[in-house]
Amino acid sequence: MKMTGARIVIESLIKENVEVVFGYPGGAIMNVYDELYKQDKFKHILAKHEQGAVHMADGYARATGKVGVAMVTSGPGLTNAVTGIATAYTDSIPMVVISGQVPTTAIGTDAFQEVDAVGVTRPITKHNFLVKDVNDLAFIIKEAFYLAKSGRPGPVHIDIPKDVTVAKTTFNYPEKIELKTYKPTYKGNKRAIKRAVEAIKKAKRPVFYIGGGSVLSGASEIIREIVKFTKIPSVETLMARGVLKYDCPYLYGMVGMHGTFSANMAMNDADLIISLGARFDDRVTGKIDEFAKNADIVHIDIDPSQIGKVVETKYPIVGDVKLVLEEMMPLLFDGIDTERYKEWRDILDRYQELYPLKYADSDEVIKPQWVIERTGHLVPENAIITTDVGQHQMWAAQFYPFTYPRQLITSGGLGTMGFGFPAALGAKEGMKERVVINFTGDGSIMMNIQEVLAGYKYNLPVVNIILNNNYLGMVRQWQTMFYEDRLSETDLSDVQPDFVKLAESMGGIGFRVSKKREFEKALKEAIKSKKVAFIDVQVDRREDVLPMVPPNSPLKNMLVFKEDK
Amino acid sequence: MKRVISVIVENEHGVLARIVNMFAARGYNITSLTVAPIPNSEFSRMTIMSEGDPKVFEQIVKQLYKLIPVYKVIESDDFIQKEMAMVKFPLKEVKNNLADIDAIAKCYNGKISNVNDKHIVVSVVDRPDRIDNFLKAMSVKYKNLEIVRSGVSVIER
Repeated sequence: MKMTGARIVIESLIKENVEVVFGYPGGAIMNVYDELYKQDKFKHILAKHEQGAVHMADGYARATGKVGVAMVTSGPGLTNAVTGIATAYTDSIPMVVISGQVPTTAIGTDAFQEVDAVGVTRPITKHNFLVKDVNDLAFIIKEAFYLAKSGRPGPVHIDIPKDVTVAKTTFNYPEKIELKTYKPTYKGNKRAIKRAVEAIKKAKRPVFYIGGGSVLSGASEIIREIVKFTKIPSVETLMARGVLKYDCPYLYGMVGMHGTFSANMAMNDADLIISLGARFDDRVTGKIDEFAKNADIVHIDIDPSQIGKVVETKYPIVGDVKLVLEEMMPLLFDGIDTERYKEWRDILDRYQELYPLKYADSDEVIKPQWVIERTGHLVPENAIITTDVGQHQMWAAQFYPFTYPRQLITSGGLGTMGFGFPAALGAKEGMKERVVINFTGDGSIMMNIQEVLAGYKYNLPVVNIILNNNYLGMVRQWQTMFYEDRLSETDLSDVQPDFVKLAESMGGIGFRVSKKREFEKALKEAIKSKKVAFIDVQVDRREDVLPMVPPNSPLKNMLVFKEDK
Repeated sequence: MKRVISVIVENEHGVLARIVNMFAARGYNITSLTVAPIPNSEFSRMTIMSEGDPKVFEQIVKQLYKLIPVYKVIESDDFIQKEMAMVKFPLKEVKNNLADIDAIAKCYNGKISNVNDKHIVVSVVDRPDRIDNFLKAMSVKYKNLEIVRSGVSVIER
């Protein structure tokens, strides 16, 4: 039976077992929305802005591990989606974004709502397609889903001109797909693995440097097993929080600009760094010339281009972290002397004792770190935590007791303000039974605040805890530290909305907290209300995120205390 | 350091833009670029001459492989390299030296390929470094030349 292109899109999504599409209709994508209307196999969530839709699909993908799907129209629909796509791209999140396009006959004529969509998304997608012939459509959708989730995952964009959604052809969804030009390597080279194992056994000061790739490959369980057995000190990047449980005795916390002193010293002093799906980002390494000067590098990554990109790598292993570690584990456990690393652990424990993560709590003002710790105690252990970007993000990464991978959903690579709330809605859609908390700031929350309406309409109760310091706090902190406190355009104290009324006006519920004792009650009521909630917590305005590696400084030059400035 | 790589890509919409964008986005140089379909296949061959240290080249190759339509990246120190150059001489500059020019062109697998009342055009085909030499020699000797180079094409020995 012949079908229209629009119908083929819907049938293909059904074949891919898509449960929900996040999107926003418009002229060029109307035919697809018309077919969407006629089916009941999957749900559609109407965002209030295309960026919100894409972040929702992203949050859904991060929480569930499935491919997130977003659908937008041509021109401004697509350009609004760009920040969402780029956010997913830098954090390697599997996603398929479908956009409408003006008819093929109008492409290149500067038609209404025309933009060179594949030109725009080319540098921010794993791959993209402009579908010129309806006969290619089903195959392209299959390929898009396959590319999005295989190898190093990432967003894939399909641009479909309106006339292609009208044209008819026989629907034939391929069962399997094989691409001549794309064959990711999953299994690590056996000899390389053996060499790396020997290096670990010989090392005196090894450290596991755990990155987001460990989450994507589902390697948490095996990493926990290996760390427990070998007792090798471990550090996590922002994207890897929760791979090890917060109370693991061999976890020295987060590494990098706002990492713990012990974690950064572990990297600084190590003689062997074993990178598990991490990419030596500048926020982790600090000044690169001074980074880990005495360390050899074992780098396990599914993306060969990451290996040797930033640091010289003596032991490269291309492959999926989980599969490589499965291969490694028996070799490593065979005859390893874990006492060998005891002296090293003692040194790091000492660093930990000397400079633990801490803050000066107060009874007069609410400290943002206290809010995060408190939340960790009050919500169920399996709660999902999303964040926006800025100081609150770093405090959440530092002070929240993460217990499992995929618990923290945050924009790590791109650092997208406005990500947290829609991502929380997407995560809630995928994980209905979980409590979902978005830590945000008074700056970030304004960037996608319109999505309260989506949360209301689709009954996605998530709790936004606004750590409100009336500043664009992270920029304010840098201005204080590095610009002699010239607060250029970061003081928001004269432009604060009434978050309680704002929430209520869109079907949510709001709380204002200015005393410690009010917080617990507000949080409990917010969760109980089953509504999108804002808890506007008035926190210490001038609190800084510490410790801190100043930009372009070596890791060892951390500012640990406020006086260090 | 200049190096040549040969990239076999699937012949599909936007593939050239993908390759070129990658170079631009990551700040790599393209000295020359030639593209043509490989007969009787769904592939095209792109020959790219670029500049950079060995570390940069390693990244270029890896980043190329990361692009989905890239089938193969061929790096070799043993390519046969050929480039074509065409040089247009004002006739009044060279009318007494035609035999000389023809003789030199022959040394570079070339000849006078066109003459009219204003210009003569010489075309040569040779290794890029030899083309450099030829053009240098001509530029020193004659004035007001118009030069077109094709960019290098290579094949593995």
